[in-house]
Amino acid sequence: MSGSMPILSLTTFLPLLGAALILILKGDAGAVARNARYIALWTSLITFAVSLVIWFQFDRSVVGFQFVEKMEWLPLLDINYHMGIDGISMTFVLLSTLLTPICILASWESIEKRVKEYMIAFLGLETMMVGTFCALDFVAFYIFFEAVLIPMYLIIGIWGGPRRVYSAVKFFLYTLTGSVLMLLAILAMYTIAGTTDIPTLMGYSFDPAIQNWLWLALFASFAVKVPMWPVHTWLPDAHVEAPTAGSVILAGVLLKMGAYGFLRFSIPMLPEASAYFTPLVYAMSVVAVIYTSLIALAQEDMKKLIAYSSVAHMGFVTAGIFSMTQQGLEGALFQMLSHGVVSGALFLCVGVIYDRLHTREIARYGGLVHRMPKYAVVFMIFTMASVGLPGTSGFIGEFLVMVGVFKDNTWVALLIATGVILGAAYMLWLYRRIIFGELVKEDLKTMLDLSLREKVIFAPLLLLVFWMGIYPISFTSIFGPTVTDFIQDYGPRMEAVAGDPAATTQ
Amino acid sequence: MNSFIDLNLGLARPEIFLAIAALALLVIGVSLGDRHTRIVAWASVASLVVAIVLAITDSADGLAFHGLFVADDFARFAKVLSFGAAALAIIMSLDYAEREGMARFELPLLMLLASLGMALMISANDLISLYVGLELQSLALYVVAAIRRDTVKSTEAGLKYFVLGALSSGMLLYGSSLIYGFTGSTSFSVLAASLSGEASLGLIVGIAFLCAGLAFKVSAVPFHMWTPDVYEGAPTPITAFFAAAPKVAAITLFARVLVGPFGDLVAQWQQIIIFISVASMILGAVAAIGQKNIKRLMAYSSIGNVGYALVGLASGTQEGVSGLLIYMSIYVVMTIGAFAVILAMRRRGEAVEQISDLAGLSRTQPGLAAALAIFMFSMAGIPPFAGFFGKWFVFLAAIQAGLNVVAVIGVLASVVSAFYYIRIIKVMFFDEPAEAFDRVTPTLRLVLIGTVFVISFGFIAGAPFFDLSDSAASVLFAE
Repeated sequence: MSGSMPILSLTTFLPLLGAALILILKGDAGAVARNARYIALWTSLITFAVSLVIWFQFDRSVVGFQFVEKMEWLPLLDINYHMGIDGISMTFVLLSTLLTPICILASWESIEKRVKEYMIAFLGLETMMVGTFCALDFVAFYIFFEAVLIPMYLIIGIWGGPRRVYSAVKFFLYTLTGSVLMLLAILAMYTIAGTTDIPTLMGYSFDPAIQNWLWLALFASFAVKVPMWPVHTWLPDAHVEAPTAGSVILAGVLLKMGAYGFLRFSIPMLPEASAYFTPLVYAMSVVAVIYTSLIALAQEDMKKLIAYSSVAHMGFVTAGIFSMTQQGLEGALFQMLSHGVVSGALFLCVGVIYDRLHTREIARYGGLVHRMPKYAVVFMIFTMASVGLPGTSGFIGEFLVMVGVFKDNTWVALLIATGVILGAAYMLWLYRRIIFGELVKEDLKTMLDLSLREKVIFAPLLLLVFWMGIYPISFTSIFGPTVTDFIQDYGPRMEAVAGDPAATTQ
Repeated sequence: MNSFIDLNLGLARPEIFLAIAALALLVIGVSLGDRHTRIVAWASVASLVVAIVLAITDSADGLAFHGLFVADDFARFAKVLSFGAAALAIIMSLDYAEREGMARFELPLLMLLASLGMALMISANDLISLYVGLELQSLALYVVAAIRRDTVKSTEAGLKYFVLGALSSGMLLYGSSLIYGFTGSTSFSVLAASLSGEASLGLIVGIAFLCAGLAFKVSAVPFHMWTPDVYEGAPTPITAFFAAAPKVAAITLFARVLVGPFGDLVAQWQQIIIFISVASMILGAVAAIGQKNIKRLMAYSSIGNVGYALVGLASGTQEGVSGLLIYMSIYVVMTIGAFAVILAMRRRGEAVEQISDLAGLSRTQPGLAAALAIFMFSMAGIPPFAGFFGKWFVFLAAIQAGLNVVAVIGVLASVVSAFYYIRIIKVMFFDEPAEAFDRVTPTLRLVLIGTVFVISFGFIAGAPFFDLSDSAASVLFAE
């Protein structure tokens, strides 16, 4: 079906080729910067085009891994270069390849210094992101997952705002702490099961006694990445200081790696432990939704507000995943996609006015609708999508999650639903403070509306928001069969534990 | 005549060649004088290369010198590694020595003699030959540390190293004498055959003293105090040499002694190794945070790295020793590379060594900054760089041996140490540029390209190397 072309490896490593090309650019600084921009844009566009082949050739009726590639890598340890995607990972690959060219376009003018290094870092980042979602060997996964830190550390630290060093180091160390614990879990799994092959491990039954430790070690990594309350504190800092495109990638893709980890590793490999810890995840998700929504209400900084809203939205995702119902899982996957597009777009919206006024303080804006009507419309649509207005992508995800969670635990569903209300409150209030009101501030009176480049950036995202909101089956049909199979495989094992009163804390 | 054949000299071809080469070069050096240091240095490098070739091509295993000397895959692996590190250190010292006015022909020669000592340590099969090899190495190193006898720092480093080194040699000898007293033999082969699960108290004390002496040589906590001072005081290429080659020799000797003759007493020495390994990892991580001098930082980093390598030994298994060999190989490459960058830190002909001197290096010399960043990420254990695989193998061995707590402490210590590694990257990439460094010399450039290449792309084709280290480690567990 995939033919003989190693399409996943191509998608993964094509950006590196572009990065290598940029690396050898020499000569006049202005020319190098211009060429670097164009090479990066074309590389990411070609990569996106290649990844579209995946979209069209992906067989939606098939459960299991497609486009599989396998090559011997470290025979001594039986570790292989194994790539493949299923319904769960496929959409994330496309999300990564879609957001990268958008990010490069978004940085076209706002990144003025060290353009060459910036583009190399971004293309490197794309390789790591795609690789993370394609890897079917735990070691390969870990390498991609962890290597993301290197370009992201540099992107925040070099091109970030005033407190960039603090944020970059915090981001790096938080994530690394979680990841090294995951590394120990991988080592332990390898010691017990003798393999790091993900499909094999997904079918392996670990001793329940050891499962809880392994689960906690994995959780340490994924919870930081998602991020779940209370280990979310790196995220607002990283978002605020990162350049616009860095925030887009952080919110759009990197946060999904954590949730993807739950779906690919925690639940399939350790279902008994996952059932045991479900109440913990629910509790943390509920706190994340309510607490960070309230924090978001109090923010003075636009990016910080959206960052906290990301934590709240990811709370929906984790609750949906651990509900282990068809709707909950599909909702979580849908919400992740939707959040990837919407929060990315919201950060881009912030970037648009930040590029003009160089401040993210909400109080410095107001009345923009008079000067920037097109911008006001675009921002409005994404705000509504974030709030979860029916007809936009946000609604489908949140609604499915709530249905799924309701089936499993009504109280959790009730508490999570408050997040929708709070979300509407902080997003609409943000919109009102920036867009509406009298245009009284002098420096706002000369602001220009969206440029052609900015329109090009927003167009695909707007399209996606409506497409996902109006005709969601194009997306649910990708992961629906996989989710059904997923629940059939691991649901009974989780229920067996949940039914045992000694094993639950309820 | 018969007894001469019994010596099996053929097994020690690399060592014999090195000894002859060193003596011949001494004569040549004396007659040519200091102006021709370069010739002696390149001849020393060539001798080391020939010794490597001899070690690789000779695949015969066995005992020589009536059982004092052993040749096996394990020894060959370690010898190739330490000879290679020594050769690179000599090459890196060339430009530096000329610029700093310390170009004496004795320098490469002493490093050559130290390499010979290392080879004897690696191949030691008896407590006596162990001591002789160790002293040959150490005496050469004491002199090398103080080679700039007109500067206070260098002489202080040499003296400090000598006094503490002598103390540790004393402990080692005392331990050896206890072992001999309680078992009646100094031969590893005899000890391995006669010792079993039960050990007398005197023997255990002897092993503890032996471990203390060796821990000093690998600069493991609590015998690490000399390291920062010696690293800082010694001329930089000498520090690079100290950080790489002798560490390999001492740590492989450590593995051979504990796993070989005392392999059955693993329960007795395992706790000692676990303690020094954990303590080294923690101290290496925490103490480096406050350092301002990059050579001192590298000293603490090497203490930490030795701690990680010892995790492999602490597990007491073939996988562990294999992990130790892999870790040390990668460590040597990273260290040589990092010191190549430190050697390139020169402003208007003056060497600088503060971390703050690296500020903004990514803008003044992007290649140099990228190289150091790669070494730092690698030391922090961030994949895909080679340092990650070193950590992977030692921690895998630890978990397989059930040392879960050690593994947890180890990875957490690696996060702490990541803090100071990424701080260096921060200084180079995030800070405003300081004045640019002088142009990097061609030899250093070559060393840098080679080491960066190995560290960055080693993972793609690492499989044969991992196989090699595994078969080398299997020698110690052959019986």
